[in-house]
Amino acid sequence: MTIINTPNGFTLDDSGQRVVVDPVTRIEGHMRCEVNVDETGVIRNAVSTGTMWRGLEVILKGRDPRDAWAFVQRICGVCTGTHALTSVRAVEDALKIDIPDNANSIRNIMQLSLQVHDHLVHFYHLHALDWVNPINALKADPKATSALQIASAPRHPKSSPGYFRDIQNRLKKFVESGQLGPFKNGYWTNPAYRLPPEADLMAVTHYLEALDFQKEIMTTRTIFGGKDTHPNWLVGGVPCAINMDGELAAGAPINMERLNYVSGVIDRTIDFVENVYIPDIIAIGKIYKDWLYGGGISGKSILAYGDIPDKANDYSPENLMMPAGAIINGDLSKVHPVDVRDPEQIQEFVPHSWYAYPDESKGLHPWDGITEPNYVLGAKTKGSRTAIEQLDESAKYSWIKAPRWRGHPMEVGPLARYVIGYAQGHEEITDQIKSTLSALGGLPVSALFSTLGRTAARALEAQWAARKQRYFMDKLIANIKAGDSSTANTEKFDPKSWPTEVKGVGFTEAPRGALAHWIRIKDQKIDNYQCVVPTTWNGSPRDKEGNIGAFEASLMNTKVERAEEPVEILRTLHSFDPCLACSTHVIGPDGDELAKVKVR
Amino acid sequence: MHETFYDVMRRQGITRRSFLKFCSLTAASLGLAPSFAPQIANAMETKPRIPVLWLHGLECTCCSESFIRSAHPLAKDVILSMISLDYDDTIMAAAGKEAEAIIEETIKKYDGNYILAVEGNPPLDQEGMSCIIAGRPFVEQLKHAANHCKAIISWGSCASWGCVQAARPNPTRATPVHKVPGIASKPIIKVPGCPPIAEVMTAVITYMLTFERLPSLDRQGRPKMFYSQRIHDKCYRRPHFDAGQFVEAFDDEGARKGYCLYKVGCKGPTTYNACSTVRWNGGLSFPIQAGHPCIGCSEDGFWDKGGFYDRLTDIHGFGIEADADEIGGTAAMIVGGAAAAHAAVSAIQRARSSSSASTSAKTEAEPRAEGGDN
Repeated sequence: MTIINTPNGFTLDDSGQRVVVDPVTRIEGHMRCEVNVDETGVIRNAVSTGTMWRGLEVILKGRDPRDAWAFVQRICGVCTGTHALTSVRAVEDALKIDIPDNANSIRNIMQLSLQVHDHLVHFYHLHALDWVNPINALKADPKATSALQIASAPRHPKSSPGYFRDIQNRLKKFVESGQLGPFKNGYWTNPAYRLPPEADLMAVTHYLEALDFQKEIMTTRTIFGGKDTHPNWLVGGVPCAINMDGELAAGAPINMERLNYVSGVIDRTIDFVENVYIPDIIAIGKIYKDWLYGGGISGKSILAYGDIPDKANDYSPENLMMPAGAIINGDLSKVHPVDVRDPEQIQEFVPHSWYAYPDESKGLHPWDGITEPNYVLGAKTKGSRTAIEQLDESAKYSWIKAPRWRGHPMEVGPLARYVIGYAQGHEEITDQIKSTLSALGGLPVSALFSTLGRTAARALEAQWAARKQRYFMDKLIANIKAGDSSTANTEKFDPKSWPTEVKGVGFTEAPRGALAHWIRIKDQKIDNYQCVVPTTWNGSPRDKEGNIGAFEASLMNTKVERAEEPVEILRTLHSFDPCLACSTHVIGPDGDELAKVKVR
Repeated sequence: MHETFYDVMRRQGITRRSFLKFCSLTAASLGLAPSFAPQIANAMETKPRIPVLWLHGLECTCCSESFIRSAHPLAKDVILSMISLDYDDTIMAAAGKEAEAIIEETIKKYDGNYILAVEGNPPLDQEGMSCIIAGRPFVEQLKHAANHCKAIISWGSCASWGCVQAARPNPTRATPVHKVPGIASKPIIKVPGCPPIAEVMTAVITYMLTFERLPSLDRQGRPKMFYSQRIHDKCYRRPHFDAGQFVEAFDDEGARKGYCLYKVGCKGPTTYNACSTVRWNGGLSFPIQAGHPCIGCSEDGFWDKGGFYDRLTDIHGFGIEADADEIGGTAAMIVGGAAAAHAAVSAIQRARSSSSASTSAKTEAEPRAEGGDN
């Protein structure tokens, strides 16, 4: 038994029953979680492990920097496009390429579409089953469900008792078939599920409606990027040329018909978010509003780089429509500026990660990062190297590195952005937060620092993003009307025009949080490529001082109803929307080291 | 009790007439004659849902994301009414040991009768532990589930070829499903693409359910119905290629007129996929229509065939003396060579050049379409 007080304010006690969840499902990628639960059912120790590693950056070494977006886009197909956008920004920063205004508007619409899509799919298809019990929905009275629907979202047209009865019948036959599909082996008798049957039926109905609707949200990207998942991008702008009324406009990437299509999608997206997603968050939130576990470090240490440049080519916080900055030690009165280029600010550590540094007592800035896989397990590990029963968190235990901002573990994501925006007095964000807290029955701002707060912030951000698509669509059309049809700056597209050696950095706010890529280009090829991604921040293991990361912190002191049924663990981990494929492949400039490891 | 797709539709209040219309649309989306509609209807009316275990290895989940974007049929209807998606860690409610128990239960109950769908691939280096499921190497889970399945669907370029994590130098020795040492000898249907087109994914499933057989496969194991033509063959910009009208730089006059993207790197001439016919996201568009050259994402090793903006002729090793394996098939090489020659002369001798190129393409492509696995 060990009791450890972490520098970031948590008391870890590993004496209770060890509960292992592997795989953690309904996430992107692969993850494991272990906790110790005391005799009263409270989590007293938490260990989160990234369980996959691909090494994408070493693959990038020696490639054409103009191609990098396509490689890094494959870091993640759920936040598809955000890595590509970060990549083209990094290359443009290195080569000092300015993009046209239209390209900025189109990229913003694509990125905002992703925010809405990712948040919506996350809530309904990855997260809802932590709060919603589809089996309980079978007990609902369709009339009561209809009344609830009309009361919570009067403008949503699908609200009749007959409609809900049909869905319930379909669900009933599905369950009675004995082939439960994705609902199989859920924890449906666990008292942690608290919704009344009519709310469960409404939510399951919206699970299906959202599954039908989500595919439409991303069609903006099919128009601008040719396909989705994984649309196409371009260093210097966007590939979709505009031809409004010239010869052959019908076969051009962007013409009046294409713009009308996008415009319609944007309107329907706003409608769906405002009449389904937001009301559901309020309806479900009202019932769980006293379940305020899961805050972790969200009230203490949060970070955002900012995104959605209003004017093209200006990435200063003043021009970014999503908030940027850092809050530490829980002091909301001071938002610190963040500089991704400053070697003192962002550093990554590996004492508890399956990588080797020459000196593991030091952190490295991404410009100078090294990644050499080093899969070793601590002496107290139970099981074997290829059949782990229990990890030893005093040693290395994750494929995720531990990034720190000025030494602090940080939480990133929609909640971090919303708290930073609130602290800065961002008008739209403040209004949204206030009206939500009031709709939930007058909760204090501190209620945001919770699992539910993370889930609510994500929904509010989806609403904000849906509306901002309209802003950039209007801007795009106004600019074309003013006579500017330009979509790409190809002045420096030819590598022969580049300097011998340059470096750059690009950043975005991915759906899951602050994302940055650092690139070095030498002799027209990628010399080094580094990504520090949101789930690297949130899913970070311990560091050398013993600070626990955001996932781990969020699980601490949570009461679980049944230790063997990890509903509460899933609920809180899912509130971060973990993306493990993103988090686990940082590689250093010393790519050759890998060969040594490979050939054992 | 087993419910069928038809039962479910009827219970939803859908009329028989609408149901039959759905069957005709399904037939049409599969490129089948209207006479196939009754067969589809019969299948949908009488069959219980087939269990599917959908495993995830090293991947980015783009295949799952593509799958849920299917317009016809809707992903909702596939999951609720056509298959029984008993294991898919991306959407399943269960986690940890309850999730893993499903695999054992399925093997016990449906030994030899379930479909194994694989997204991603296993790494073999780091003792397989750079992809861990339930404390063990993913490759063990994969091989175990493969031992007892009826057939394997290799979703996407990861499972089919290796894709991005297997690109040079493949730091984890990520290995496509059919090359995993000791993998059970089961039929493997490769549905490559990064990701594959949603409607292609759902059509492959619907075909198997409807006709109770695996689709005919080409020599590389891909369904002929979607992978026997190159993007270039049916590209709407093909007439500009034949006319020698090319985009010379992005956003130039040619780009705005929708000219051919061959000179800015389009891999359409060597890429076998249905993008220019089925198109993406309900037939809305495809990369070339949106102004970007095809990057060839459904081809084996497409990451290592040179830059995406380099013309095909510039690809390292691309020429008559090239090693066939390096290029990914003899046909691709010869067709590509023909396409390059074709592009060069087409402006002056468009008619003759065009017909000779397409003849040579046809002759060379044919052997690829023969001799499928079943």
